Amino acid sequence: MRRFSVITREIDPASLINEVASPEHGAISVFIGTVREVNDGRTVSAIEYSAYKSMADAELERILDEAEERFGVSALIVEHRIGLLELGDVSVAIAAAHAHRAPALDCIRYVIDEIKKRVPIWKKEHYADGTREWVDPTRNAQASSV
Amino acid sequence: MSTVTVQLFASYAELLGAPTVELPLTPGTTVQDLLYRIRSLPGASALPSAPRVAVNRSFAALDQLIEPSDEIALIPPVAGG
Repeated sequence: MRRFSVITREIDPASLINEVASPEHGAISVFIGTVREVNDGRTVSAIEYSAYKSMADAELERILDEAEERFGVSALIVEHRIGLLELGDVSVAIAAAHAHRAPALDCIRYVIDEIKKRVPIWKKEHYADGTREWVDPTRNAQASSV
Repeated sequence: MSTVTVQLFASYAELLGAPTVELPLTPGTTVQDLLYRIRSLPGASALPSAPRVAVNRSFAALDQLIEPSDEIALIPPVAGG
């Protein structure tokens, strides 16, 4: 089984684990991303996530295809939340199941890394001082290459 | 003359002050040509030198040809997760 969704409701990681669980799997691996309080030394109060939904779905579909092909997982679920998230809220959860631990762990790592590179989702950080800014992960890379 | 709608998101929508822009489309227009036209719009000078472009919900190469029916979007640096 596999599914992915970009949603506005709260993510319940336990339900993902239940969904992928089966007696034939010896391993279930899970990644949970949450809203962090400090980024680049600034105090964050909330994060506003937005998406280009139809392309995010298409890109997630491709990533799941690749992950299944590479790691042979028997179950894989991704949920990504958008909207206004508070500190500690779950922004993304991934669950993968396989007969053995190595492919399950490698699969999770691959999926989250590819999401961060390719899925059109953006976040605007709201800071404790009242300012707001779009997060640009390419900015530090550019600065260090100058 | 036909036109094409370009969707803008996140920081790019703020820079250009709109969620979409309408641009003229001549036969043989490539992704690169479209970027050149976008650069002349108000606010577009703050765009990076080579923003990523999606055609029909996939990242596109600069030499890809654009058809009037294509779904075009400018993709700011993604930050999911």
